[in-house]
Amino acid sequence: MATIEQTAAGSTPATTGDDHAAGAHDPHATSTGVTHTKLAMWIFLASDCLFFGAFISAYMLYRGRNVGSGPTQRDLFDIPFTSATSFILLMSSLTMVLALAAIQRGDHRRVRIWLLATALLGATFIGGQVFEFTEFTREGLHVDTSLFGSTFFLLTGFHGAHVTIGIIWLLSLWGMSSRGRLPQAKAESVEIAGLYWHFVDVVWIVIFTIIYLVPQPGS
Amino acid sequence: MTTVSDALRTTVDRPIVLRRPNATTGAWSWFTTVDHKKIGIMYGAAALLFFVIGGIEALLIRLQLFQPNGSVLTASQYNELFTMHGTTMVFLVGMPMAVAFGNYFVPLMIGARDVAFPRLNAFGFWVVCAGAIFLYSSFIPGINGVPNGGWFGYTPLTSTPISQGFLPGHGPDFWSVGIIMLGIGSTTSAINFIVTILNMRAPGMTLMRMPVFVWMMLVVAFLTVFAMPIITVALIMVFTDRNFGTLFFAPAAGGDPLLYQHLFWLFGHPEVYILILPGMGIVSEILPVASRKPLFGYAVVVFSGIAIGFLGWGVWAHHMFTTGLGPVAISAFGLSTMLIAVPTGVKIFNWLGTVFRGSVRLTTAMLFSLGFIAMFTIGGLSGVMHSIVPADSQQTDTYFVVAHFHYVLFGGLIFAVFGGMYYWLPKVFGRMLDERIGKINFWTMLVGFNLTFFPMHLLGLYGQPRRTYRYDTGLGWDGLNQAVTIGGFVIAVSTLIFVVNVIVSITMKRGAVAGDDPWDGRSLEWSISSPPPEYNFAEVPEVEARDDFWHRKYTEDDDGRLLALPKGGAYGDDEPAHDGHGIHLPSPSIYPLVMAFGLLPIGYAAVYQSWIPLLVGLLVLLFGMYAWGIEPTTEDG
Repeated sequence: MATIEQTAAGSTPATTGDDHAAGAHDPHATSTGVTHTKLAMWIFLASDCLFFGAFISAYMLYRGRNVGSGPTQRDLFDIPFTSATSFILLMSSLTMVLALAAIQRGDHRRVRIWLLATALLGATFIGGQVFEFTEFTREGLHVDTSLFGSTFFLLTGFHGAHVTIGIIWLLSLWGMSSRGRLPQAKAESVEIAGLYWHFVDVVWIVIFTIIYLVPQPGS
Repeated sequence: MTTVSDALRTTVDRPIVLRRPNATTGAWSWFTTVDHKKIGIMYGAAALLFFVIGGIEALLIRLQLFQPNGSVLTASQYNELFTMHGTTMVFLVGMPMAVAFGNYFVPLMIGARDVAFPRLNAFGFWVVCAGAIFLYSSFIPGINGVPNGGWFGYTPLTSTPISQGFLPGHGPDFWSVGIIMLGIGSTTSAINFIVTILNMRAPGMTLMRMPVFVWMMLVVAFLTVFAMPIITVALIMVFTDRNFGTLFFAPAAGGDPLLYQHLFWLFGHPEVYILILPGMGIVSEILPVASRKPLFGYAVVVFSGIAIGFLGWGVWAHHMFTTGLGPVAISAFGLSTMLIAVPTGVKIFNWLGTVFRGSVRLTTAMLFSLGFIAMFTIGGLSGVMHSIVPADSQQTDTYFVVAHFHYVLFGGLIFAVFGGMYYWLPKVFGRMLDERIGKINFWTMLVGFNLTFFPMHLLGLYGQPRRTYRYDTGLGWDGLNQAVTIGGFVIAVSTLIFVVNVIVSITMKRGAVAGDDPWDGRSLEWSISSPPPEYNFAEVPEVEARDDFWHRKYTEDDDGRLLALPKGGAYGDDEPAHDGHGIHLPSPSIYPLVMAFGLLPIGYAAVYQSWIPLLVGLLVLLFGMYAWGIEPTTEDG
C-alpha cells in the first residue's frame, strides 16, 4: 500500500526546450511537492477526524443521561490506571519518531528495534483496554446497559481497532525490514505509518480528556 | 543492515502468489485493469444499468399510484421499492456516474497519464460493485431483507431491534451495511481524485487554469471525504442498535432519534452537492464549446463552486424544520439556506452570460445543457421556497418536496449526464452519437420529465403525502397522478431511445467517425486521438493559458474576431509521431478485485452474525492487501 504509484513517470525526452522541461522530467515531481502517498494519508486522516468526531459528539450529547440502571463513570473509572496506559501509548509516538530517524539515516537494526518497540507499546495499551473492558463488563456495564455503555464502548472500541490496525501495520513493516525489503529509499513508508500512528495517539488524547478527565455534569 | 542488498532484494525474490495479469485486451482485462479510462467506462456502464433498475422501481411505484386505491403493490412492497429507488439513484447512479466522468476525463483534462493511485482506483470501483451486489442480493427470495425504511432510514423505525417488531426482516441491516460498503468505495475514489488533481497537473496547468469540471470534481471529492465518515458512524449506530442492543436512538433509555437526523443530514446535504456539482461542471464545459466563447466569469464560477462546498455544511437542518428545533435554530438554518442560493444563482447567470451573443450550435449536448439550466433553476427556486420555514412546514413530507429534488437531481444532474454523454462519448469510443436520434431523445426527455415532476408540485400543495402507498379518490389528486405516471413512462421511452442511440452509433459503429476534436473543443482531452491511447499523452502537454488548446488553434485580430491559426499550433503537430514506446504504465492487477470482494462475506457476516463468513472475508481481505503491498506498481518486461 505504501508504495509510490507515480504513473506519469518515465516522461519522454524534452522536445519544446523551454524552461518547463526540467520539472516535467523528474519522475517523482508532483505539482505540490508532496508525494502522492503522503498527501493521500493526510486526506484520509482528515476524513477519519470526522469519523471520530461523530462518535465523540454522540458521547458528549449523551453524557450524564444515565436513564435507568447500570454503573456510571464514577463507579467504574480508575483514572490512575488509564493514565498509565495512556502514557504508554503516548510514549509509542516517541519510539515511532526514533524508527523514522533510524531509517532515514539507514540504520536498519535500530529501525527494527524501534518499530517493534512501538508495536509493543501499542499492544500494551490495547492490553490495558482489554483489561478495562473486562473489568467494566464484570461490574455490569455492557453496550446495552445504558447510553453510557453504548457510547463508551463504541467510541473507545473503534479507537482500539485503529490502534490494532496500526500494530499490524508496524509489524508488517518490521517483517519487511527483517527480510531486507525496507531499504532506506523507502523511508517514506515508515513516515506514513508514523503519520497514522501519531494521529491515533492524538485522537486518544482527545478521547481520554473528554471521557475520563472532564467532570460529569451534575457530579 | 546492508542497504545495497536491501535494495536489490526488493526487485529479485518477490514471492509470486498469483500470476501477474498482463492482458490489456479481452474480457478478462476488464477485471484486472488499472487504466483510469477503462475504470471510468465501467463506472458509467454500472451507473447506467442502475439508472434503468432504479427507473423500473420508480415505474412500479407510479403504476401503484396511477389510480386511487391502487392494488399493483402491497404496502410493504411499496416501502421496499421507494427505499431502493432512492438508495439506488443516490448511491448507485448519481455518485458513480459523476465518478465515471471524473475518472475518464480528469486525468485527460489536466494532462496526466493516469490517476495517482491506479490500483486504488480499481479497488474503489470493485467495492462499489460489491456493495451494489450486496444491496441487491437482498431481493433474492427467502432472504427477506429488502431495505424498507427509506433511503434516509430514520430512527427509531430502522434502529429498533427486530425482536420489538419494527421492520421485520433484515431490511435495515442490508441497507446500513451496504451503504457503509459503498462509502468505502466513494471515499477511496475521492482521495484519489484529490491527490490526482492537486499533484498530477501538467507543467503550467495551474489551479486557475484547470477546466471547471476538474474544479467541481475537486470540491466534490473534498465533500465526499468529509461527509462519508459521518453517515458511516450514523449507520454503525443504527446497525448496533438493531443488532447488539446499543441505545443510541432508543428514547426509553434517553437516546435521541434526532441525533440520527442531524448526523444523516450533516452527511445528506453535502451529498446533495456531491450529486449536483459534477453536473454543473459538465455543463460548464459544454456551454463554452457550443457557444464558441470562453466561460463567462471563470473565476466566479470556480469560487461559487467552492462557496457552495463550504456553505453546504451549514444548511443541513432545513431538512428538519418540523422536528421542533426551536425558533433560533430554524431561523439560522433558514437564512443559511437562502444564502446558499446566492452562489448557485451566480452560476446560472454565468452560464447565461456564456451563451449570450455566442455563436451557439444547438447540438444535443447543448440542448441538454440548456435544459439543465432551465430545470435546475426551477428546482432551485422551489428550494428557496423551502428555506421559508412556515412554507416549508406546509410542504414537508408532501409531493412538493419530491418535485423539488427531482427538478434539482434529475433536471440537474441527469440532464447534465445525458449532455455529457453526447459531448464526450465520441472521445471515449471514437464515434459520434446520432444527432437526429439525440434530439428526439432530448425533447421526449424534457416533455416526459416535466409531465412527471411538474404536477407533483401541485399534488404536494394539494396535500398528497410522500411515501404513502395509496390515496383515496375524491381528493382531487386522480388526474394529476395519472399525468405523473404517463410522464414516467415517457422518460422510460426517452431513456430507451438513448440506449438505442448508443447501440446503433457505437456498438454497431453506424455513427460518424469522431476524429480528435469534433466540437472544436477548448480543453486538453480534445488534443489527443479518439479513443485516447492507453498512455493518454505521448508528450506531456505544456500549458500556457486557460483553455490552452483553444489558444493553440485560434487567435484574435484587432477587432476581437477569431482567426484560425495555421495547423501545427496544437500539441505534437510539430513533432514526429510518437508511438508511446517507452512510457511506463501501471500494470494490471487482480488484487483490487480480490480485496473488494473480501468485503462481501464480511457484509453477510454482519447481517447474519456468523463467524465463518467473517473469517473468510478477513482472510481474503488480508491476502489481497499483502499481495497488493508486495506487488510493484509497474512490472517490467
